[in-house]
Amino acid sequence: MAPILELRGVKAFYGQSEVVHGIDVAVEEGGMTVLLGANGAGKTTTLRAICGMVRSEGEIRFAGQQLERRTTEQIAGLGVAHVPEGRGTFMALSVEENLRLGGYTRARRPDADMQRMYGYFPILAARRQQQAGSLSGGEQQMLAIARALMMSPRLLVLDEPSFGLAPRIVEEIFNIVDRIRREEHVSVLLVEQNANLALELADHAYLLETGYVVTSGSAKALADDPQIRRSYLGY
Amino acid sequence: MHELLQQIFSGLAAGAVYASVALALVMIYRATDLVNFAQGEMAMFSTYIAWSLVTVGLPFWAAFLITLAASFIGGMAIERIIIRPVENAPVLAAVIVTIGLGLIFNSLAGWIYSYTVQDFPSPFPDRPLFGALITTQELGVIGVTLVMLLLLFLFFRFTKTGLAMRAAAQNPLSARLCGIPVGRMLAIGWGLAAAIGATAGIMVAPVLFLDPYMMSGVLLYAFAGALLGGISSPVGALVGGVIVGITENLVGTYLIPTQLKLTVALALIILVLVFRPNGLFGTAVVHRV
Repeated sequence: MAPILELRGVKAFYGQSEVVHGIDVAVEEGGMTVLLGANGAGKTTTLRAICGMVRSEGEIRFAGQQLERRTTEQIAGLGVAHVPEGRGTFMALSVEENLRLGGYTRARRPDADMQRMYGYFPILAARRQQQAGSLSGGEQQMLAIARALMMSPRLLVLDEPSFGLAPRIVEEIFNIVDRIRREEHVSVLLVEQNANLALELADHAYLLETGYVVTSGSAKALADDPQIRRSYLGY
Repeated sequence: MHELLQQIFSGLAAGAVYASVALALVMIYRATDLVNFAQGEMAMFSTYIAWSLVTVGLPFWAAFLITLAASFIGGMAIERIIIRPVENAPVLAAVIVTIGLGLIFNSLAGWIYSYTVQDFPSPFPDRPLFGALITTQELGVIGVTLVMLLLLFLFFRFTKTGLAMRAAAQNPLSARLCGIPVGRMLAIGWGLAAAIGATAGIMVAPVLFLDPYMMSGVLLYAFAGALLGGISSPVGALVGGVIVGITENLVGTYLIPTQLKLTVALALIILVLVFRPNGLFGTAVVHRV
């Protein structure tokens, strides 16, 4: 099957300085791909390049369309839902308003989609009128994922969903993401520090170091690689 | 007692106008972190448009609505053409641009309509009501302002575009990721602010009379109101504007000569900045490094 997202020789820049040096990454349709690597490896920057948030060179193809030189909002309109670093919650708005905003690009009324999200995340239904800023970290992450899914995206891009959360919550969120991937037929591109959990759920993995892809392959192969085990999995 | 109530009501009418302009300032500030020093002159120019329409024989309310529509479009155009290029410039540069914009509108109005003071028609007959407590003019101004506020509230609370505008003001990056065209939202914000200013200008013109400097005092009071309420809070702008209107009237009647009334605004601005920089309803802005 053709990949839904394909990066070829992608370089990404902050101002004048090149942070990602020509990487190739692919996400299979319906699959989950994870980008691993230490801080400063260029994982977040790669995600930003995909969504037009930083200057980039090279080829980025999504579902047969070129993404480079499109604006962030156009890329969202094509069906790329990006949950950014820090979750991008609209803190002063209610949970329900956050979800409505997620459905902005959809022509139809968001109510049915919202009910489906409440099905995945019942806690959000209980908090629907609350200000998003008053939610706990885990609840905010759930809200961020639900908001992204309101777009009915073809690709869900998650930037470190485990950041700052308790292990039990992280596991819960990852299991829901996995379920959503299968039930909503959405492909997932994940950046994650928690390599153990990520490799368990993902089918493909890339290891980034200082802006280069140093290893890639099936998640299972990477999980079994002794060097990766030592450096990133800690056993 | 009767005179005091009279002064409070006429302060309320003036306050409604200040509150409207303050609200326009706050809307733009929240969306772009920019204080629009041209807000008053934009409103003045809109009032001239209404004046021309009435002068050529249009009924007042038709002229009013056409002016609002024209101001809305004009405000959007200003954002697109003049403000957009300095969007990422240092804030001082952007502020200077708005000051320049104000000067341009002032000169333009002087050039087209001359600096002669014009009589502006009021849609409300100037009749005292309730034992001369309040005039129909004052009541009309308060009523129009309330209707405008209600419409704005409904727009921001219940429409998709209104929600998207709030989101774009709060977290532009995240709004973009939701597919919201943030630039268009900012333009709509400027359009709305211009239309709000136009309403204020048209409401105050029968009292102040129309000339290219009509709004300069009003803008100062509106600043005082916006700062008092907290420059980041729409509710604060309204409350602040009304408080300034009433204070100005009472102080001008009982404490100082009318000619010195404008100093009330300045004194208030200084007091707020010294003792409560975030205003009554504002929140401290914390920037993460």
